[in-house]
Amino acid sequence: MKTIFYLIRKEFIQIFRDKFLSRAIFGMPVVQMLILVPALTFEINNIDLCVVDMDMSSESRQLVSTLQGSEFFLLKHTTFSDEEADKMLHSGSCDMVLQILPGFGRDIIREGGQKLMVKVNAINASSAQLSWAYMRAVLHDYNAELIADNMLLFRPPQLSVIETETRFWYNPQLNYKYYMLPGILVILVTAIGLLLAGLNVVREKETGTIEQLNVTPIRKYQFITAKLVPFLLIGLVDLAFGLALGMIVFSVPMNGSIAMLFLYASLYLAAVLGLALFLSTMSSTQQQYLFIVFFVWMVFILMSGIFTPAESMPGWAQKFNLINPVAYFMRVIRMIMLKGSGFSDVLPDLRGILLIAVATISLAIWRYRKTV
Amino acid sequence: MKRFLGFVKKEFIHIFRDVRTLVILFGIPAAQILIFGYAVRTDIKNAGIAILDNSKDEISTALVSKLEASDFFIVKANLESGKQIDKSFRSGDIKAALVFENNFGEKLLHEHRAGIQIIADGSEPNVANLVSNYTKAIINDYMLELNKTSAGTGILIEPEVKMYYNPNLESRYMFVPGVITIILVLICALMTSVTITREKEFGTMEVLLVSPLKPIQIILGKVAPYVVLSLIDVIIILFLSWMVFDIPIKGSLALLMLESMLYICLGLSLGIMISTMSKTMQQAMFISVVGLALPTIILSGFIFPVDYMPGFYRYLSMIIPPTWFVTIVKNIMIKGAGFSFVWKETIILLVMTLAFIMISTLKFKKRLE
Amino acid sequence: MNGEKVIEVSNLVKKFGSFVANDNISFDVYRGEIFGFLGANGAGKTTALRILSGLSKPSSGDVKVAGYDIYRNAENVKKHIGYMCQKFSLYEDLTVAENIMLYGGIYGLAKKVIENKTDELLESMNFTAFRKSIIGDLPLGMRQKLAFAVAILHEPEIVFLDEPTGGVDPITRRQFWEMIYKASSDDITVFVTTHYMDEAEYCDRVSIMSEGHIVAIDSPAGLKEKYSASSVQDVFVKIARPDKNKKT
Repeated sequence: MKTIFYLIRKEFIQIFRDKFLSRAIFGMPVVQMLILVPALTFEINNIDLCVVDMDMSSESRQLVSTLQGSEFFLLKHTTFSDEEADKMLHSGSCDMVLQILPGFGRDIIREGGQKLMVKVNAINASSAQLSWAYMRAVLHDYNAELIADNMLLFRPPQLSVIETETRFWYNPQLNYKYYMLPGILVILVTAIGLLLAGLNVVREKETGTIEQLNVTPIRKYQFITAKLVPFLLIGLVDLAFGLALGMIVFSVPMNGSIAMLFLYASLYLAAVLGLALFLSTMSSTQQQYLFIVFFVWMVFILMSGIFTPAESMPGWAQKFNLINPVAYFMRVIRMIMLKGSGFSDVLPDLRGILLIAVATISLAIWRYRKTV
Repeated sequence: MKRFLGFVKKEFIHIFRDVRTLVILFGIPAAQILIFGYAVRTDIKNAGIAILDNSKDEISTALVSKLEASDFFIVKANLESGKQIDKSFRSGDIKAALVFENNFGEKLLHEHRAGIQIIADGSEPNVANLVSNYTKAIINDYMLELNKTSAGTGILIEPEVKMYYNPNLESRYMFVPGVITIILVLICALMTSVTITREKEFGTMEVLLVSPLKPIQIILGKVAPYVVLSLIDVIIILFLSWMVFDIPIKGSLALLMLESMLYICLGLSLGIMISTMSKTMQQAMFISVVGLALPTIILSGFIFPVDYMPGFYRYLSMIIPPTWFVTIVKNIMIKGAGFSFVWKETIILLVMTLAFIMISTLKFKKRLE
Repeated sequence: MNGEKVIEVSNLVKKFGSFVANDNISFDVYRGEIFGFLGANGAGKTTALRILSGLSKPSSGDVKVAGYDIYRNAENVKKHIGYMCQKFSLYEDLTVAENIMLYGGIYGLAKKVIENKTDELLESMNFTAFRKSIIGDLPLGMRQKLAFAVAILHEPEIVFLDEPTGGVDPITRRQFWEMIYKASSDDITVFVTTHYMDEAEYCDRVSIMSEGHIVAIDSPAGLKEKYSASSVQDVFVKIARPDKNKKT
C-alpha cells in the first residue's frame, strides 16, 4: 500500500535527521563490540594463590613448582603459617589457599588421601568453582606424574588407571570471547528493537503527533508496519556491522550459514518490535516506558542464558523461557556461529520464535487504538 | 519553610500517583532477587551428555550408570558412531560426548590401562570446563573404588576443599550487594536526572526559579521523594533476601543503612550533576544508562569478576563509585566486617559525593547567570 | 449555504468517569458555513471536536459527520475531513515539502498532484523560499498557516480547527482568517473552536458552550440582537458567566 511507503519514508527521514539517534545507531555496535566484549568475561587466569607448606618435603616442593608453572595460578606467597594465609584470604590479597599438611610427602605413596586442604574465597561462586576445577586439574596432572615416576616402586599389576583425554570442539582454546560476542550481538539487536523503536512510538504519543495520524484514514496495520519496518532494517544492518567487527577484531568464527542467521534475526526482531509496540501502548511518557522496558529487558536477558547455562535453571525457569524470545536467539546465534548448526537443527527454535512474533504483533495491533 | 514543605509534598504526590513507575521500581529488585536467587545457576545441572560406548561391557556400563546417577548429568543419547557426535552437538542438547574405547573393561583389568575420550562442546567455555571436570572427578571416584578391591590404594590425591564465606557455593551471596547498588543507581541517578531535566525541557524549571523558592530548596524538594523511595527499596531487598533465601547480614544493620544513605546521597548528587549537563530527557537517560547503569552492572564486580578483566577495565572499575559500595556491602553482609574494615572505602565515597555536589553547584550557578 | 447538513449531532453525551464533559448537546452544521464553537476553557469544546473528528468515542447520542455514522464508520469519516490543532500539526523535524508529501500520500493523492499542489500552495502564501525549511525552524504564525493549508490539501468536506490561532499576532490572525474565508468559499465547511471573542464575529454561526451545555446557537448578529449586546463578547459574558466555584 502506498500509504505505508510514505510513512516509512517519513520514519527514515526523521531517524537520520536526528543526530543523536543516527550516532547511536552506528556507535552502539562499535562500543558494544570493542568495549563490552573484552570486559564481559568469566574467564579466569592468574588466580592469586597462597601456599602453606607445612611439610617441606621433596614431594611438596615438587607440587609447589608444578603450581608455579601453571598458567592458571599466580603464586603470590608461600608461608609456613596457617594464620598468615587465612589473613590474606580474609583481606582479599589472595583468592585461594593451598595447605600442604605435615606428612604429605611421606604418606603420599602409602596412603595418599587427605593431606591437602584447599581454601577458596567463594563469595563469587562461579569463580570459586572454576578455580577449584583448575586446582583439581593441576593436582590430577601432578598425580599422574607421581604415578608414572613411581611405577616401578609400586605394586603395578594391581593398580588400574583410567586415562582420560579431553577435547574441546568448536572452541578448542575455550576462548570466552567466542561465547560472549554472540550474546552481546543479541543485546545490541534487542536494544534497537525495544529501546529505539519503543521510545520512538512513545515520543509520538507524548508530543501528540500520533493524534494527527489518528485523524487520517490510515489503518492500524499500516501504522504498525511503518513503525516496524525501519527498525527491523536498522537492526539487521547493525547486526551485520557488529558481526563484521567481531569477526575482524576478535576472529570470532562464523561456521554456519549467514543467511540462516539473518533470517532468524529478522524473526527475532519482529518479535521484539511487536513487544516494544505493545509495551508502548501501556506507557504515556518516555520515562515510564524506559522503566517498563528496563524491567522486561532485565528479566528476559538474565533468564536467557547469556552468561549462565539456561539448561541448568530450574523447571519453572525453563518453562518461562518458552516465551522468552531472548532465550531463543541467544541459543540459536551461538549454535549457528560456533557450531555451524543448520536449518534442521534450528527448526524447533524457528517455530518458537515465529509463534512469539505472531503473538506480540497481534497484541500490539489489538491494543493500539485510533479512537480512544 | 512552609512553602518548601508544600513543594516537597507536591513532588511526593507527583511520584506516588504514577503507579506504573512505582510498581516497576519495587518490581525490579524483587524480580532480580528472585531470578538471581532461584534461576541463575553457575553450576551445571542435568547437563545432557551422549555416550559412545564402543565396548559395552560391565565396567563401561557401570561407569555410565554412575554418571547418570549424579545430579550433573543426564544421558540423552547413546550413539553408535563417531560421526553422530557433531550432529548431536549441533542440535544443541548435548554438552559432551564420552567415548569408551574398544574392549574397555578387558583392557582395564588385564592391561591396567584403558581410555575414555571426553569431547566437550567448547562453545560454552565454563560449562565445558565444569562438564569435563565433573566427569573426570566421577571417573576418578570410580577408579578409586575399583582399586580398593585390589588391595592398595595409593597415590590418588584427593584434597579436601573448604569454600569460605559461602560454603554451599550459593551464587546468591554475590548478587544482593549488586542488586542494591543497581536499584539505587536507577532511582537516585537516573530518575532524579530525568525528572529535573524534564522540567528544563518543558520550561517549567524557569517557573520554579522565579518563585520565592531558593534553588537549593527546589533541588532538595525534587530529590526528597527519591530518598524515601530508595530507602524503602533497600529495606525491601534486604528483607526479601533474608526471608526468601536466608541470606544473613553478618555485620551491623545500622552500619549498612548508613552506608546506603551515603550511597544514596552520592547517587542523587550524580543525578543532579547529569541534569546540569543535559538539555533533553533523552540525553539524561542516555548518560545515566550508558554512563552509570551499564558500568555498574559490568564493572562493579557483582556479576563479572573484575580481577580477571584486562587491565584497562580494572582501572576503570576502581574509579567508579559502585565498585566501592559493592565492596562495602559485601564485607558487611558476608564477612561481617565492622567500620574499621570499611572506613577506607567509605571515605572514598564521601569524597566522591562532595566532588559531585560541588560540580553540580558550580554548573547550576553558571546556568543561572 | 445551501442547507445541506454536513454535521448532525443529537443528544451527545461524553463522560469521563463521573465528570460530564458534554451534557446532552445537539446541533447541526451546514455545508460551506464557518461554524464557531465558543466557550471558556473546560467548557467541553475540545471534547466535542475530538468526537466529531473521530478521535474519541461518545458515551451516548447520535453523531453523523459527512453523512457517516461516527460509531460505525469512523474510518470513512476520516477520509472526508481535515484536522488541525494548536499544539502540533506538522512534524517539526521534517521540511515543509516533506510534510506536504507525507499527508498528501496518506490521503491518497498521486505524487504528481502532490507536487503541483505544493507549488501552488507555497506560491499563494509567498512561502516558496521555505520549501526546504525545517518546520521547527519557522515562526509560529507561518507554521499555523502551513498547517491549515495541509489540513485542506486533500480538499475535505469539513475541516476541524482546534484553537488554531493561539499565541499568534493579530496580523497573522487576520491572514489566517482570510485563508478560512477562501476555504469556505470553496465549499469547505469550517468548524472552529476558539476563545477569542472577536473571531466569533467572523463566523457564519456561533455556538456558545458553558459547563458541558450549549447555551446559545445562532449567527453573531442574531445573538447580539437577542441578548441586546453590542458584541459577541458581551453576549458571552451575559450568558456564560463562569461559576464562582469552578476550578480553572
